[in-house]
Amino acid sequence: MCTNAPTILLGGWGNYPLAECRLHRPGTLATLKKISPLHENGHLIARGLGRSYGDPAINASHNVVLTDALDNLIHFDRDSHIVEAQAGVSLQTLLDVFMPRGYFLPVTPGTKFVTLGGAIAADVHGKNHHRDGSMVSFIIDLQLLTASGEVLICSRDENREVFWATVGGMGLTGIILSARLKLLPVATAYVTVDYHKAANLDEALEQFDTGDAQYQYSVAWIDCLASGASMGRSVIMQGNHATMNDLSERQRENPLAPRRGRALPMPCHAPGWALNPLSVKLFNAAFYRKHKNGRKVEHYDPFFYPLDGVNDWNRLYGRRGLIQYQPVLPRETSRTALVALLELLTRSKRASFLAVLKSYGPQNDGMLSFPLAGHTLALDLPYTGRALLELIEAMDRIVLEHGGRLYLAKDACMSRATFEAGYPRLAEFKQLCRQLDPRGKFSSSQSRRLGITEAIA
Amino acid sequence: MSQNVLILGATSGIARAVVRRLARDGDCLLLAGRNEEELKRIANDVHVRAECRADTICFDALATDEHAAFVEQCIAHFDDQLDGVILCHGTMFDQAEAQNDFALAQQMIQTNYTSAVSILEPVATYMQARKQGYICGISSVAGDRGRQSNYIYGSTKAALTTYLAGLRHRMANENVQVITIKPGIVDTPMTFGVVDRNSPLVATPDRIAQDVVRAIRRGSPTIYTPWFWRCIMTIIRAVPERLFWRTKL
Repeated sequence: MCTNAPTILLGGWGNYPLAECRLHRPGTLATLKKISPLHENGHLIARGLGRSYGDPAINASHNVVLTDALDNLIHFDRDSHIVEAQAGVSLQTLLDVFMPRGYFLPVTPGTKFVTLGGAIAADVHGKNHHRDGSMVSFIIDLQLLTASGEVLICSRDENREVFWATVGGMGLTGIILSARLKLLPVATAYVTVDYHKAANLDEALEQFDTGDAQYQYSVAWIDCLASGASMGRSVIMQGNHATMNDLSERQRENPLAPRRGRALPMPCHAPGWALNPLSVKLFNAAFYRKHKNGRKVEHYDPFFYPLDGVNDWNRLYGRRGLIQYQPVLPRETSRTALVALLELLTRSKRASFLAVLKSYGPQNDGMLSFPLAGHTLALDLPYTGRALLELIEAMDRIVLEHGGRLYLAKDACMSRATFEAGYPRLAEFKQLCRQLDPRGKFSSSQSRRLGITEAIA
Repeated sequence: MSQNVLILGATSGIARAVVRRLARDGDCLLLAGRNEEELKRIANDVHVRAECRADTICFDALATDEHAAFVEQCIAHFDDQLDGVILCHGTMFDQAEAQNDFALAQQMIQTNYTSAVSILEPVATYMQARKQGYICGISSVAGDRGRQSNYIYGSTKAALTTYLAGLRHRMANENVQVITIKPGIVDTPMTFGVVDRNSPLVATPDRIAQDVVRAIRRGSPTIYTPWFWRCIMTIIRAVPERLFWRTKL
């Protein structure tokens, strides 16, 4: 076997920033444990399917360890519906294997192309955060390979501190080897979705307030270009898992079918001008007009993973890539902050092609876990250089003033000050990393940029 | 119908993908390889994924003395009903290194070719007597023409391809299928760092496995996977020597 560690120009899903990294891809657990940077004076970070947007899973001039080949399922307990799997297994695999047996993921982000390990390291959340919390709510325990080469079993009872640092800890406590996840039993693979059009931001927020109690899933697509009286107009989608009675005759033929159709390819990067203010405005207006109020029974795949229908959709943003910007704002201040953000966006005409609004439930004990009770806005902004970075700085100021914070899995460019203000438990996290990893082996481009780990001389 | 299949070199990237697909079809599997811990992990995975049975057995391709006994053990494991054998083990070293270090060249020859003859002959005898079964060998497009960049590895695969072709001839009237798989460039731990994973020429192990399982079900003699490698290799084979020398292939 060749033990190659090629140097490759690597980025996150946003294709910004890019950096030369030494890449490792262990094919077995034994080779992972023997991996050189762990035993020599190297620095490394684990990377699953590379779906984080900015620089958390790249490591400029240092090592990146791909975990996607370590994707064995280990055990499934039918009574407790707990699955144990290696961290490289993708959520897509879990759906393909367990949907036909009547189990769904208890929490899922907007793509199924993430690994279990990545989902834990970013403590991902989904459309049900207001009710069920984030990924960790359903993680029973996990195994962590630490800098000393030791494997720690971490849970709410065992190695408690390490557990809460690892969840949302962006891979800086070690490499997650495996985890146990409690799946959600469902009657069908379908969701009953109620569509509700809100004419402006206030209507949208109100719809979340009244609807969140009765719906397990809730999310809004928001038009960031609409201004004046229709600022913040949205299409709100709220749903629950469908029962057999909700299905049409055709849907009942195979009520637990895991996937529908094949993804379309996006074979090359779109030209840089493809997403311009005009095309985005037309798309947004058409999207708003297309949707009608009312109920639909949808398969989980298009409902939860609309973008997975196009492979490599990030290429739509051209070679310069995109920055995804996702702040959360506490409930008390979220309305004023969202208005300020939308005003800034409409004025800049730098609209987001896809913008999502969502309400969150309470935060958990994860030291760097992102969600907190309030509202979140997620924007995909084509990278245009200095002008965009200035807009982001201005948005950062609004988020900070209103007591919000930004999602590390999406972040590519926030300042150290913004980060430190948003994450009050940072000192505790750093302290724990120093204990686990005194030589600072685990480190990423992001962790050095934000000062979570020491700069490397 | 469920079949009893032995997979040699079951921890390889392609083998793992093949194993998962066979399990989905309901086959009973016996996974053979050196790394027993990893084999157990794969067997477990298959068990959870497909709720099917997979067992493991220790197998060293280089210990040719033990191969006849090993085959008997595998046959006994399936109560004298071994329906298929898939040979997936193989190794590849860098051409430049193998040129300067015969030990590496020898290891490739022994793993990729010598061991195949040693293990498949007793299997063939068993299947011929039983008048049923299949033998599937993972060879490579690298064996289709010697190229300066990879000819030591390539020649071991050429030998394997020729061996399988001869075996297929011998079994032509014995109701035993012999299948030669010629994958192109595959993204596996063996090739990691050597090939660009994002190139359209590079296939995932699962893409290969899909073709392998289809070839087994159909009893195809030789397949290229993905299919377009047949066209590429036809052209590469057709280039006259003097012209070929000018290329860097």
